[in-house]
Amino acid sequence: MMRLNPRYVQRGAVFVLGGATVLTLLILIFIIFFILEKGLPVLTLNFLTGNPEDLGRKGGIFPAIIGSIILPLLAILIATPLGIFTSVYLSEYTRESKLTRLIRFGTDCLAGIPSIIFGLFGYIFFVITLEMGWSILSGALTLAVMILPTIIRTSEEAIRAVPKTYREVSFSLGATGWQTVKKVILPNALPGIVTGIMLSIGRSIGETAAVIFTAGSSLRLPTSIFDSTRTMAVHFYILAREGISQENAYGTAATLIIAVLLVNLTAYWLMNRFIAKRRS
Amino acid sequence: MTTEKNKIEISGLDLYYGKFHALQSVSMPVQKNLITALIGPSGCGKSTLLRCLNRMNDLISGVKVTGKVLLDQSDIYSPTFEVTELRKRVGMVFQRPNPFPLSIYDNVVYGLKVAGMNNRKKMEEIAEKSLMGAWLWDNVKDKLHHSALELPLDQQQRLCVARLLAIEPEVILMDEPCSALDPIATMKIEELMLELKKNYTIVIVTHNMQQAARVSDFTGYMLLGKMIEFNVTKDIFTRPKEKLTEEYISGKYG
Ligand SMILES: Nc1ncnc2c1ncn2[C@@H]1O[C@H](COP(=O)(O)OP(=O)(O)OP(=O)(O)O)[C@@H](O)[C@H]1O
Ligand SMILES: [Mg+2]
Repeated sequence: MMRLNPRYVQRGAVFVLGGATVLTLLILIFIIFFILEKGLPVLTLNFLTGNPEDLGRKGGIFPAIIGSIILPLLAILIATPLGIFTSVYLSEYTRESKLTRLIRFGTDCLAGIPSIIFGLFGYIFFVITLEMGWSILSGALTLAVMILPTIIRTSEEAIRAVPKTYREVSFSLGATGWQTVKKVILPNALPGIVTGIMLSIGRSIGETAAVIFTAGSSLRLPTSIFDSTRTMAVHFYILAREGISQENAYGTAATLIIAVLLVNLTAYWLMNRFIAKRRS
Repeated sequence: MTTEKNKIEISGLDLYYGKFHALQSVSMPVQKNLITALIGPSGCGKSTLLRCLNRMNDLISGVKVTGKVLLDQSDIYSPTFEVTELRKRVGMVFQRPNPFPLSIYDNVVYGLKVAGMNNRKKMEEIAEKSLMGAWLWDNVKDKLHHSALELPLDQQQRLCVARLLAIEPEVILMDEPCSALDPIATMKIEELMLELKKNYTIVIVTHNMQQAARVSDFTGYMLLGKMIEFNVTKDIFTRPKEKLTEEYISGKYG
């Protein structure tokens, strides 16, 4: 058999790995560029602050922007404490057993279920059975159920990654389990936990299937959490799918992309500030 | 060895990690304001025994302990003994320096905060006193709010001592506290231990027989989970009673 010169293998590896990275970046830039190119011309102040007219053919997307803020926000507010408490309980208060493994397996499965299934579940459970109707509340609860597994698993990983010695030292100084969680484990796991929350925010902002069945698609500005609403993702879907307006669809998509970028940038900034503050 | 001077009394202590019998009927006194050293080859149970004294083994699943450990005559394994209270009285310095990724000041006052203190002025006073007690004050007094992780290793270890002194323990357990340090830093910690023994009772685990001979008053030699010989340090090193002890200190194995 021919033995390859390790130098060439090394060069080949660098080429393949580097090439994959460049390709990924190119695809990403292409998508963003493509959508911004088509969408930015539509993006005016009126488009952002105006109400839609004629099903969205004319006018702005203000109610959809509000829907896209409120729904994920509410979902995160519901899912984050639940998810963090669950992961703390699983990793700190239970011993590794068949049951914890089963729970972990279950959450992993839930994380992989297509969102439309969550949409149907939310429709049957929240909208119909609990008689919440198509509303912000139904939508937020459905999104919360959908992102819960991600938050639990990423938080759990982050908590497990906190060095064992920190726990030991904390206990050896007379701290209780809960004090150790509060003062040592959660602060050190925070960057990982925040990453999970960011992923979940991104996922809920972009979500259509789970939302359209549960929050509906009303174009009116909601006045309470019991009103139906339409998110930008749903608006985009309806505009494009029903051929209502290509331009406004891309305008909505561009707004959505910029919003997601802004959310991520803010999160990174906040997190770096937090880490810098703790270190100094 | 009069009893009222015994800060800690271990008698008939057995410990199992699951099925593994790691400590076998160990008995040993720890006298007040003296340094007691535990020596023995790797894996003989020195750390395990040390961690019984502040019940750190409770954190490991599947550990079973029987026998008695008396701290000032009361049994620390009795159900009525509050374990967080015990750990405030019997503190621990670990093998590797392990400050929290917090500022130097926040490290020192950690134990005070979990004990419920929130008087800032008082905490600052205690922090200064503790850092002085660990001979670290002059090194860090101008950078109390810098990260503890910026300190060199030996200062990190003394910070861990200061963090412990802040909660005013009665007993200090040290598990190979110098194994990550160079000889000069080791000497400094040893001197510090001799100073600390005026106010504290110290139990130290060490691999380094010279260290045990230099600093300790009593020494226990352990082998395979058993306490082979316990005596005044000088006697252990000059005229051991047991053949096994003699073999170990003469360097035949270990
Ligand atoms: N968590 C654990 N689970 C199971 N067995 C353990 C555990 N910790 C220690 N042991 C075993 O118990 C025995 C004593 O371990 P211990 O750490 O007390 O030894 P040691 O004398 O401190 O050794 P060293 O000098 O290497 O630190 C060893 O055989 C070790 O493998
Ligand atoms: Mg050890």
